[in-house]
Amino acid sequence: MAFSSDTMASRVTQRLLHRMVTVSITLFGLLALTFMIGRVMPIDPVLTVVGPDADSSTYEQVYQEMGLDQPLLVQFGIYLQDLAHGDLGNALLTGKPVLDDIIRVFPATLELATVAIIFGIVIGIPMGVYAATQKGRLTDHIIRVISLFGYSTPVFWVGMMGLLIFYAWLNWVGGSGRVGLAYEGLVEPVTGMILIDSIIARDWEVLASALNHVVLPAFILGLNSVSFIARMTRSFMLEQLSQEYILTARVKGLPERTVIWRHAFRNILVQLLTIVALAYGSLLEGAVLIETVFAWPGFGQYLTSSMMLGDMNAVMASVLLIGLMFVTLNLVTDMLYPIFDPRTR
Amino acid sequence: MTAETSMTASTSMGSTHPNRYQALWTLCQDSTKRLLKNPLTAVGLGVVIMLLLVALFAPWLATHDPLVQNLNNTLSAPSAAHWFGTDEFGRDIYSRLVHGARITLYIISLVTVIVGPIGLAIGAISGYFGGWVDTLFMRITDIFISFPSLVLALAFVAALGAGLEHAVIAIALTSWPPIARLARAETLQLRQADYIVAVQLQGASSARILCRHIVPMCLSSVIVRLTMNMASIILTAAGLGFLGLGAQPPLPEWGAMISTGRSYMLESWWLVAFPGGAILLVSLAFNLLGDGLRDLLDPRSE
Repeated sequence: MAFSSDTMASRVTQRLLHRMVTVSITLFGLLALTFMIGRVMPIDPVLTVVGPDADSSTYEQVYQEMGLDQPLLVQFGIYLQDLAHGDLGNALLTGKPVLDDIIRVFPATLELATVAIIFGIVIGIPMGVYAATQKGRLTDHIIRVISLFGYSTPVFWVGMMGLLIFYAWLNWVGGSGRVGLAYEGLVEPVTGMILIDSIIARDWEVLASALNHVVLPAFILGLNSVSFIARMTRSFMLEQLSQEYILTARVKGLPERTVIWRHAFRNILVQLLTIVALAYGSLLEGAVLIETVFAWPGFGQYLTSSMMLGDMNAVMASVLLIGLMFVTLNLVTDMLYPIFDPRTR
Repeated sequence: MTAETSMTASTSMGSTHPNRYQALWTLCQDSTKRLLKNPLTAVGLGVVIMLLLVALFAPWLATHDPLVQNLNNTLSAPSAAHWFGTDEFGRDIYSRLVHGARITLYIISLVTVIVGPIGLAIGAISGYFGGWVDTLFMRITDIFISFPSLVLALAFVAALGAGLEHAVIAIALTSWPPIARLARAETLQLRQADYIVAVQLQGASSARILCRHIVPMCLSSVIVRLTMNMASIILTAAGLGFLGLGAQPPLPEWGAMISTGRSYMLESWWLVAFPGGAILLVSLAFNLLGDGLRDLLDPRSE
């Protein structure tokens, strides 16, 4: 070791500190942006509270209670203060705090996205590795076109066609929702994720029904990740395969499989970690559409149905939280990077 | 790489030579030839040209009026009279798709026209001046990038109200940051170049240097990036249309067609299958084209 562990540690801390500062500025901006979007809306927030029949004195009173007579900056201050107390306002539909609603629906999305990313990893990585070993040949081109397809499909449309073909016509999978109607509410919601809850409750019928329902939406949601992971894996592998140590390994007469998986692939694991984290984050975007198509009671559907109702509190809070999750995910990956890869220290 | 170096040569001469456009034209011809060597890229380009032609000649290609209802002939299956069938109001789906190509093209071009200059300006100014200007602009860019684009567009449309124009504005607001980052990266490299230092020493103003010497140099890569963005613009627009936030009925926007067709999907699959196929085809074409362009300009990615 050429460096003392001391300087190494301080470098990592410095890097993290710098990251923290930029992230907090970004977060502040995120808040300002959602606040501003909330203010330009053409819907009168007072009217949604008092109703259209209220007289002008009630209107005036609520108007002042909501702090709308204050200058914008003061309003922003109040908004921040409420946020610091975890208060994102109440949702119109349920009348409950938006945050409670989101915590309730979020496990469903987490479940869907996790199954989707498993598809992405299990299909995408071997595809990418294989394409790299076949560079320039027909298989490589075919894989390239397949992954371009994954980027180009409107995910909601594939979802609908999937439902039509595999549910309505072939009856291979379950339809909308998370479990069959007969199994609804049978297991105790411990984690909120039916796959795990049914295992905890040892209710295998519910588990089977849940698996049957999750497989199609998760696969379709994961298509984009398959493409992304496959393409990135391919280019990382190509970079490794052109290195001299690979040549050495081949000259030594190691079997090609060992060269690919034991040598080259092991060296791209850290980069893949970042890519998978990015893909996982972007699944949130697809989830908004897929959940609408499959009537999946998650975060995405909550966001779109709140939007249809003109419930700005719920919409802004959801958008803000999605932004927060994105930033956090990026930060965590950034922090994990030096731990797994000594070269970046 | 050759493309970029010859680009550098042609444009840096351009400030003194009058035949800058001629050089650019030769470059374009040269690039097109190499671009079409890849059959996939050629297919992509072909479909994009087809989209342009269909949009241009929509009234002649359509067999029926896209908006006129015929309640005696609703939800009829694809046939010789109606190639892609009819929808719930008896309108011909093929004709609606053909006219929808105009809306798709309208969205793509409007977003691109808005996003290109904004991204270029922010990126070039940020990269050229550096310092606090750079920090400020890049932080703003970070904020916009930290939302998934569909979600941010959703929020903007929710605030502005549903509609085609608002969807365009929302998509534009979410798609300028990558362009700005690209332009900034290019500018940072250019700023150190000898010829920029030379014009600086001659006393050229910052505005002049930016407009005459930096922006033209960033143009080629920005244009490529804009082409690559078109597929995602189409998908975001379709997603907004599907959620009922984009183009409003009776406009034959493809995403909105899928949205209304959804209720009739189980009995009449053609209401959903064909508009979705059109979206897939066009966005795949732009992706193929963008992929080819990137290989051409950056062989390292291969």
